[in-house]
Amino acid sequence: MEKAEIIVSTSPHIKSRETVPRIMLSVIITLLPAVAFSVYLFGIYVLFMYLVSIATCLVSEYIVVKLRKRPFTLNDFSAVVTGILLVMVLPPKFPMYGVVIGAFIAIVVGKQIFGGIGYNIFNPALIGRAFLAAAYPVHITSWIAPRIGSISAVTGATPLAAMKFSGVETSLKALFLGTVGGSVGETSALLLLIGSIYLFIKRYIKWQIPVSIFVTVFVLGEIFHLINPVKYPGPIFHLLSGGLMIGALYMATDMVTSPLTGKGCVIFGAGIGFLVVIIRLFGGLPEGVMYSILFMNAFVPLINRVTRPRIFGTEAAHAK
Amino acid sequence: MGLFTFKGGVHPPYQKELSSGRAIKTAPLPKQLIVPLSQHIGAPCNPTVSVGETVKEGQVIGKSDAFVSAPIHSPVSGKIKKIEPVLHPLGKKVMSVIIDAQEDEEKAYLEPLGDDPEKLDGKAILERVRDAGIVGLGGATFPTHVKFSPPKDKKIDTLILNGCECEPYLTADHRLMLERTTDIILGARMIARILNVDRIIIAIEDNKPDAIEKVRGEASKYGIEVAVTHTKYPQGAEKMLIKAVIDREVPSGGLPMDVGTVVSNVGTAVAVCEAVRDGKPLIERVVTVTGNGVKEPSNFLARIGTPMAHLVEQAGGTTGKLGKIIMGGPMMGLAQPSLDVPVIKGTSGILLLQMENYMKVDYRACIKCSFCVRVCPVHLLPSTLSIIGEAQKWELAEKYGVNDCIECGSCAYVCPSKRPIVQLIKTTKAKLREIKAMEKK
Repeated sequence: MEKAEIIVSTSPHIKSRETVPRIMLSVIITLLPAVAFSVYLFGIYVLFMYLVSIATCLVSEYIVVKLRKRPFTLNDFSAVVTGILLVMVLPPKFPMYGVVIGAFIAIVVGKQIFGGIGYNIFNPALIGRAFLAAAYPVHITSWIAPRIGSISAVTGATPLAAMKFSGVETSLKALFLGTVGGSVGETSALLLLIGSIYLFIKRYIKWQIPVSIFVTVFVLGEIFHLINPVKYPGPIFHLLSGGLMIGALYMATDMVTSPLTGKGCVIFGAGIGFLVVIIRLFGGLPEGVMYSILFMNAFVPLINRVTRPRIFGTEAAHAK
Repeated sequence: MGLFTFKGGVHPPYQKELSSGRAIKTAPLPKQLIVPLSQHIGAPCNPTVSVGETVKEGQVIGKSDAFVSAPIHSPVSGKIKKIEPVLHPLGKKVMSVIIDAQEDEEKAYLEPLGDDPEKLDGKAILERVRDAGIVGLGGATFPTHVKFSPPKDKKIDTLILNGCECEPYLTADHRLMLERTTDIILGARMIARILNVDRIIIAIEDNKPDAIEKVRGEASKYGIEVAVTHTKYPQGAEKMLIKAVIDREVPSGGLPMDVGTVVSNVGTAVAVCEAVRDGKPLIERVVTVTGNGVKEPSNFLARIGTPMAHLVEQAGGTTGKLGKIIMGGPMMGLAQPSLDVPVIKGTSGILLLQMENYMKVDYRACIKCSFCVRVCPVHLLPSTLSIIGEAQKWELAEKYGVNDCIECGSCAYVCPSKRPIVQLIKTTKAKLREIKAMEKK
């Protein structure tokens, strides 16, 4: 027995096996079905988009961390998650230099400026995409036909754009399976749902967020659909189309940029759902998931403050 | 029947099977005992003996006139070798009586009071509890007679006996419930007599079916209820247990007596029983010696003052490369620098964990996963408190309820960023106490 090396530290003396890298790796693995499908659907170029994006994220993070002399964080895999998610919400033929710029902005502006993982207010991948949407408005709305596809392939538009601008409705089955045009990894509701099951079970995602997004979008969508079924699509269309699935399951649920309490998550999700429907139906854009999430991200500190739980043995959270 | 439970909590690996099947063994006397003069929350005792003096087993060797204190008795017959400050399991040097044990059958116990609670006077039992130096044996070591003396305006209607033993690894209470069932029940009835309550509930986690059955059999003879609680940490924390069993919430900053109840550990009930029936002061207790760093995990009946090393030797010695020595359980126990420290009244276990349990882990930034928020049994935001603690904004932490934290460690257990949340909270609390003390001046 080597007495000198006995550790004397504060309780608890045992820790669970959960670690940040483990959570991030789980997210990556559960995204793989949708990632693989996207490569099949839109071609090998998409695979290079992923690789370039991930590499750019890692290099950007490495440079900033070195410059700021902060602890090494590349091994937590969070930059990889950002790299993958960014590509999943970009159009399939997006120019490669744009991918590099988007990934760089995502990490540097979306994450590191705030202090790195844990401190950012907005979802980094969405910050990257928002920048690209502003900088390259044509590229960000240029779509290509999927390898296996439906009517929207003919028009070259996404189902949401087809609905909004031409009144053409895509079949729900195609939307569910993902054989439609759209951003790289957002098309298959089925694969995104399957992937996320594990995250739900492990409670790596705050389940209240996607559930309240789905419920809000469904209810609001149904109300408008009942008011004018010709002009407004049905609620299932809303749920399956565009970035709603990937947004609700993988973007809004980003731990760092979502509320701490269950109640807070419900408010957060309902806010996103509300904004998505409003933007889609009454805004100038066919899709609004990205802006809805970024907008609600800004409210998280406030939501956290007003949804503090009632402390055990007190009347209210602000008892003192 | 539904299990009694509370909101929050965690399920760490319990590891109770290491020692739960091992019957309590009386540990042989060590050659020398170190008996600290402070083994309880409250005023330390002054020695009543001097170096060179011969003492009898059970003789008072330290006492204090303060109300919140408990006398210390000699755990053995022997000769006082030294009285000097010695490293105490709580981390500081404390004035201690060092006794060389000698063979001597003669004991200096108190006068037995009898074994029928109905015929005993509550006041007499209470006095005996104090004279016998009994403190809460669950680990908190609050002087029991103080706990049993609620002010007149606090009406107590329920006595809850805590047999949850929710800390992983520990099995001392489990063994007591199996082997000392009648003493526990008798002790409980004596305590009820002091408090003048009719309702007694014994709470046991559902991972101890044998103990539940045994206790239920004996308890039913006296109309004592057995509440089977969900196996979940920290089920045995007083506030959580009261909430689970009788659905009352101890107010923030308050005590169980504020909601009409008193909680006592099953080990304490045994001590009360022995003090009243046999006149035996608190000079020994059951200690679980366990963990992957010990060869034969065991439960010992050990004299207070026994050096931990002696008990570990009795358990076959250490094995592997030792990483941590913990007094108590892994969730709330205190890390010890060596095995030279003695067993005190609050030593429920000695846990030895190998170094391989302590691979270097990175302390990362909080990623707001909210795992800690989900498990906090007092519904705090531990993640936020840890960030506030890092930023040293002590007053802000108070607004976020830092003083309501029971330091159960559930948050730090689940934290994927391996943040020392409990440590940050303890520091914050200490700083706030400092600030309060400064303001008073």
